[in-house]
Amino acid sequence: MSAPDTPAGSGLAHLLDLGRPIGDLRPWAAVEVGAAAWVAITERIAAGEADLLALWGEPGVVRLALFDTATRRPAVVRLSCPEGRYPSVGALHPPAIRPERAIRELVGLEPVGLPDGRPWLDHGRWGVRTPLGTPEASSDAGEPYAFLTAEGEGLHQIPVGPVHAGIIEPGHFRFTANGETVVRLEERLGYVHRGLEGLMTGAPIAHAATLAGRASGDSTVACGLAFARAVEAAAGTEPPPRAVWLRALMAELERLANHLGDVGAICNDAAFALMHAHTGALRERVLRASATAFGHRLMMDRVVPGGVVADLGAEGAAAIRALVGTVRAALPALVRLYDGTPSLQDRTAGTGRATAALVARFACGGPVGRASGRAFDARRDLAYPPYGSLAFTVLVLTAGDVDARVRVRIAEIEASLALVDEILAALPEGALLAPVERPATGEGIAVAEAFRGDVLAWVRLAGDGTVARCHLRDASWFQWPVLEAAIEGNIVADFPLLNKSFNCSYAGHDL
Amino acid sequence: MIPNLADLAVQGAQMALVLAAAPLVTGLVRKVKARLMRRRGPPLLQIYRDLARLLRKEAVVADNASWLFRAVPFLVFAATWVAAALVPTFATGLTFSWSADLIAIVALLGSARFFLALAGMDVGTSFGGIGASREVMIATIAEPAFIMTVFTLALVAGSTQLSTVAAAMATGEVGLRVSLGLALIALVMVAVAENGRVPVDNPATHLELTMVHEAMVLEYSGRHLAMIELAASLKLTLYLSLVACVFVPWGLAGPGSGALAHLIGLAAWAGKLAVAAVLLGLFETSVAKMRVFRVPDFLGAALMLGLLATLLLFVSRSL
Repeated sequence: MSAPDTPAGSGLAHLLDLGRPIGDLRPWAAVEVGAAAWVAITERIAAGEADLLALWGEPGVVRLALFDTATRRPAVVRLSCPEGRYPSVGALHPPAIRPERAIRELVGLEPVGLPDGRPWLDHGRWGVRTPLGTPEASSDAGEPYAFLTAEGEGLHQIPVGPVHAGIIEPGHFRFTANGETVVRLEERLGYVHRGLEGLMTGAPIAHAATLAGRASGDSTVACGLAFARAVEAAAGTEPPPRAVWLRALMAELERLANHLGDVGAICNDAAFALMHAHTGALRERVLRASATAFGHRLMMDRVVPGGVVADLGAEGAAAIRALVGTVRAALPALVRLYDGTPSLQDRTAGTGRATAALVARFACGGPVGRASGRAFDARRDLAYPPYGSLAFTVLVLTAGDVDARVRVRIAEIEASLALVDEILAALPEGALLAPVERPATGEGIAVAEAFRGDVLAWVRLAGDGTVARCHLRDASWFQWPVLEAAIEGNIVADFPLLNKSFNCSYAGHDL
Repeated sequence: MIPNLADLAVQGAQMALVLAAAPLVTGLVRKVKARLMRRRGPPLLQIYRDLARLLRKEAVVADNASWLFRAVPFLVFAATWVAAALVPTFATGLTFSWSADLIAIVALLGSARFFLALAGMDVGTSFGGIGASREVMIATIAEPAFIMTVFTLALVAGSTQLSTVAAAMATGEVGLRVSLGLALIALVMVAVAENGRVPVDNPATHLELTMVHEAMVLEYSGRHLAMIELAASLKLTLYLSLVACVFVPWGLAGPGSGALAHLIGLAAWAGKLAVAAVLLGLFETSVAKMRVFRVPDFLGAALMLGLLATLLLFVSRSL
């Protein structure tokens, strides 16, 4: 935390109390504030009294979601800005800089005082400006991007991507290095911007749900879950108990598959392909069991607003039980392999430290946060059903290096295995889907813990069965900037290893 | 000495065989690694198909590439092939062997690398530069280590001629020596580094930022790339054959021996290469790649071992 000054929480809670409560957002507390209070709240966030969960805009309104670290409760703050200008959050609290750059170019709201005037997602090739605000046609010639400079004798630049030698998502990395030592890394993202929020605007809820499930394909269950819960909150729909438990089952299977894949992929980037081969085989088993149980390897479009559309049969349950047995039997040997390969440990231990202060400031979720001492898991700290009635451990380490991120993932694989067991044992019978009612208007907000961290979905329903506005915030938004800091002082050749240990989403970030 | 026809035929067979077998050795290493990871892996002959494909393909060359960039693949291939021709694989007393010794092999490989590093920097991409600088950093320690092992062998055999060394080692008069053990370890370490194998470099990686050899040749395509790939395979076969002919010299056909001896030599060579390829695959599977800045430590150990081997020989001789 940056400043151990005021008594924790008091200032912020007081400020939130001063705002005008707004009732149309469920289920979090929401207040409408004026510009002065907005700045005061920003200052409290910058002082470490709250985590910034999300910051988004629509024409004339800007909102921020925060997590009060003292009361451990979330809240949404709304500021009306009819003139299209609002006091920048990023000017005081750096994690907000990229979201505000995106707000400026997507919605057209000007964050006054934002220190970075460059575009972020918009590379000047959309043929349109401010597509979510008042769209204006523009040439799609593309605009040169001014990378931050680093000057000194012997420094050289290494541009990497957006097209890489391997089959990975597109993103550009600009290294400034002194020999092998990285002096500065700057990311440029936005290459996979598909305009998801624009496509969702005015879309029927069911269609918007499939779009949400495609924000980041590897966490389609978590994204779909966050969106579905936001819609349910807005509409006041209660999903049936069986659906709630099945969602958790799918989410844990997804976490299992991705963490297994990540542990192997991290080792593979240190040219230790053996681990990759083993975890790859296990990941494949998870995907096959998921296909048997829910009819889709990634369980895409299985979670919908109101419930789920795939039931778990006896065959599926047996496949998942067999899977848990297989993974549980194989895991100790893999952990021994990881622990017993000094050449591998030599690469992971001490590499790419993300400091606890930075991780706390950026409120990094997922293994990135938990490996650097940020004890936050949306399943526990913003508990949503059925996790409130499930027992699971959340491992928090403080080393903050690649090794710690691997170990957090391994612990989460073990925790997910136990959770799958618990869920299967407690799975209630009953309906799968409750119809989403159509209120006149309504806003809902929800989070879901994806394998890489908390994804947040905010939605406003139009009342005619369509989505008026939606905002999805992947955990990667607050992890990418920390990656830039974690590589400093490391060598260029260690970047792939470090990047893989973060495994941020490009698609989920670019939307 | 005017070489007779039979000797020339043996030398010719050696050059053709080495060239023909080299991709197979690389293929075998890949296959072993794949099988160890319970994958099926590409067929053993896949590399031949890849090379044929590359030769058919158009070579895309950067606009600002100089003549050097185009010439280097052929230069590297030629130098490596000549060096491979000097190593007794199945027969000692090769015709060319008398015209050049172990030090010439080191020099040939060294110049091949020198030109490849130049070509890596020629088109001015950052990856070429990174690869070239890393490769040269590795070479500055690998080459002295190689030379030290050459000295050890020369002191034992009384010659730097590989044929003589192999013959001397095969006699059994040499016996077990600590120096030879040290030299063997040093030579294997150098071979791993020089061929860009795990833990020094990863030939299978797609990560631009970690590459050494692959980064240097990233801009090559078509027939140029085919030459470089073939040269890389040749180099691996060369090193494996070198280690085999010096440290397990049995089965080598002597100068002027008959067809049967040559056949036995061939079978022995094939067996040695296969064993070496399997061992290499096994080793590569069991370790992770080291940090770039650990490589000098690794090769420094090879250099010290080579030095120690030479020193021990002097000490034991003078007692």
